[in-house]
Amino acid sequence: CRDCFKALYVHKFRAMLGKNRLIFPGEKVLLAWSGGPSSSSMVWQVLEGLSQDSAKRLRFVPGVVYVDEGAACGQSPEDRAKTLAEVKSVLQNIGFPWHTVALEEVFGLPPAVLQGSAQEPVGTEEAYKSAVDSFLQQQHVLGGEQTHQPHTQDSPGPCSLGRSPTATQTAALCRLFDSVRTLTAKEELLQTLRTHLILHVARVHGYSKVMTGDSCTRLAIKLMTNLALGRGAFLAWDTGFSDERHGDVVVVRPMRDHTLKEVAFYNRLFAVPSIFTPAIDTKAPEKASIHRLMEAFILRLQTQFPSTISTVYRTSEKLVKAPREGRAAGPAGPRCLLCLCALDVDTDDSATAFGAQTSRLSQTLLSTPPAEAGTTTGPGCVAGEGQACCRAACNYVHRKGVQAQVMEQLCYGCRVNMKDLPSLDSLPPYILAEAQLRSQRDWVMPEVQEYLIEDSDSEAEDALVQPPGARLTTQEQGGENTGTGL
Amino acid sequence: MPAPTCASCHTARANLRRPRSGQALCGACFCNAFEAEVLHTVLAGRLLPRGAVVAVGASGGKDSTVLAHVLRALAPQLDISLHLVAVDEGIGGYRDAALAAVRHQAARWELPLTVVAYEDLFGGWTMDAVARSTAGSGRSRSCCTFCGVLRRRALEEGARLVGATHIVTGHNADDMAETVLMNFLRGDAGRLARGGGLGSPGEGGALPRCRPLQLASQKEVVLYAHFRRLHYFSEECVYAPEAFRGHARDLLKRLEAARPSAVLDLVHSAERLALAPTARPPRPGACSRCGALASRALCQACALLDGLNRGLPRLAIGKGRRELELEEAPRRSVPAADALTAF
Repeated sequence: CRDCFKALYVHKFRAMLGKNRLIFPGEKVLLAWSGGPSSSSMVWQVLEGLSQDSAKRLRFVPGVVYVDEGAACGQSPEDRAKTLAEVKSVLQNIGFPWHTVALEEVFGLPPAVLQGSAQEPVGTEEAYKSAVDSFLQQQHVLGGEQTHQPHTQDSPGPCSLGRSPTATQTAALCRLFDSVRTLTAKEELLQTLRTHLILHVARVHGYSKVMTGDSCTRLAIKLMTNLALGRGAFLAWDTGFSDERHGDVVVVRPMRDHTLKEVAFYNRLFAVPSIFTPAIDTKAPEKASIHRLMEAFILRLQTQFPSTISTVYRTSEKLVKAPREGRAAGPAGPRCLLCLCALDVDTDDSATAFGAQTSRLSQTLLSTPPAEAGTTTGPGCVAGEGQACCRAACNYVHRKGVQAQVMEQLCYGCRVNMKDLPSLDSLPPYILAEAQLRSQRDWVMPEVQEYLIEDSDSEAEDALVQPPGARLTTQEQGGENTGTGL
Repeated sequence: MPAPTCASCHTARANLRRPRSGQALCGACFCNAFEAEVLHTVLAGRLLPRGAVVAVGASGGKDSTVLAHVLRALAPQLDISLHLVAVDEGIGGYRDAALAAVRHQAARWELPLTVVAYEDLFGGWTMDAVARSTAGSGRSRSCCTFCGVLRRRALEEGARLVGATHIVTGHNADDMAETVLMNFLRGDAGRLARGGGLGSPGEGGALPRCRPLQLASQKEVVLYAHFRRLHYFSEECVYAPEAFRGHARDLLKRLEAARPSAVLDLVHSAERLALAPTARPPRPGACSRCGALASRALCQACALLDGLNRGLPRLAIGKGRRELELEEAPRRSVPAADALTAF
């Protein structure tokens, strides 16, 4: 019945948060709201949870972020303005502090977005308890004069980055997305840029958590999609409850126990407001992208075998974030420029799927040199001119070209996506600048290596890259059966 | 428009565009490149040591035909000797024709061939008999489950019979990609944790197995067979259309059409999947009946045969497993394996 369904639904949401104990009382949490059913339902849950008068009241401080992706999805300026007005009226009614940002703002992001903060998120049980205690104390002190609504500390209402996008930015964004050859790569690029933008908003406004409304259904589809995109190493990051890859800002997915069907029922029964905005794949045929194919496949299989989604979802919970054993990659190892995960590429010529595609065997057969290798369109030198070392570094960087420079800093999956961009020059400047910075650092590293004092720990041994082909032998020592079980 | 010249030898007319790289190559250069890549996989992956006696699982299909042909060409370089091992599952009208293809290949390439039959190994059970026995028990999709498990065992027996030190099978990249998709859809975390490599090093007395074609896509395998004019048997098994693998295969074809690298991208994902240590199956022991590698008291082959002999064919599959567990109190439950039509 209606009431039991509501109780169950609310319980699932709160249990997910309670079980994981990741969100501290008084913490600022940014709700990523797309206007769609799941994220709308999530915002609604938080709204109800905060207004509750019981001890069970949620105790974090929420804000909402909405990213206007109209330019990437081919919406006309008039439609965008209309959507935005709708968005604002919904946000006004909710009453949380809110931020609306246009995707165009990625062209104004600083490279620092891509520099993962070294700060470890505090997440221990003791830390959580002490945070609860100090919060309760604080509440007690303030109790007399302040209302019990923590979010009144921030004035409800717009605190957006404010600027509406300039026409040049919109044109640049359209050009970038139009240049991408496949819908698959477009979707991935959009996700990447959106994540960076939300991350930036969170950092600027001091939010330490971001909540996304991914439902169980969506996560099962995402898992299978990412599997097919070569992101096998990162499935636990991409679909788990919490995602700490950014260090200071943690992404959490509290709706991951709700199926899309439950969300739809709830939203309908309790009149949760949501808005429809065309997505990048709206109206695209099913076979247009990996994302669409996988979505259609999973939903169709679900009708035949009703346990499909829950099976995939439960399997995903057995995945771990640490790299597979025998794959050395410490937390300090290089991170992918775009998705910020630890690089998962094998050595060229190794007996792996990556090695098979990079092997010299197929390269030497190439008669035409890769077009991008010759271009020297790198952005200007950032450091002072005149120093021999710097000039050499710049020459090196220029010689390699933007394409190669960016590519070698990407994980397997992001490399495959970026191959669908004819030119990486149209990427937002913060990505190119960070790529150049990293390239230069890599180049300078050998020069200064001998002067660096190394902390001789066991870490150094862990970091040793395994020789190609040593995998079978390592696993032999572990005594594991590596067969695929056919 | 005339065909472009081959990008490798620059003399011959190109005959094909490589699915992997899009290069225009002539047939000869493509076959050379394909062979070189398999050689590279075997060497870089340290799959077959010098002096190995290699049993090639030969089904008569394209994959095992190509594998046998490539390895025969590479045998002097690798310093290995080859022996074809074929399994007769006893499927009327299907297997006889496939076995004829294998006999033809063995004679043409002068390779020794040994045929082992389910009937002889498993106390008179042929696949046709198994199919009749399972037909009454509801869904008959489980044929491939039986066949796959039994074939794995039969191949092992055949390899031992010819004194082999290693077993190679013709699984290609598409098979691997299908398997990883399927294991997720079935929630088989144990297999996901173990899978991903190019083979198993051999433990508990089992022979080391490997899949030298795992990094080659099915399309390239077919192209190789075409340009080397190999004759193979290409008909789907009469029991296969009902297997769950069909869904994964269908999906993979669509994914590949949307993004040509999808097959290898899935293989890469499989190589990199990291599962919690608890998802890993316990260290396997030995089957109490036949001594083969087993994660329970009975190995899967013996458990299936046991069910068949007792007239309860579904005893060791899916939900039937639970009843078996009540009887034997083994350690965990895994859905039984679907099988490939090739080895």
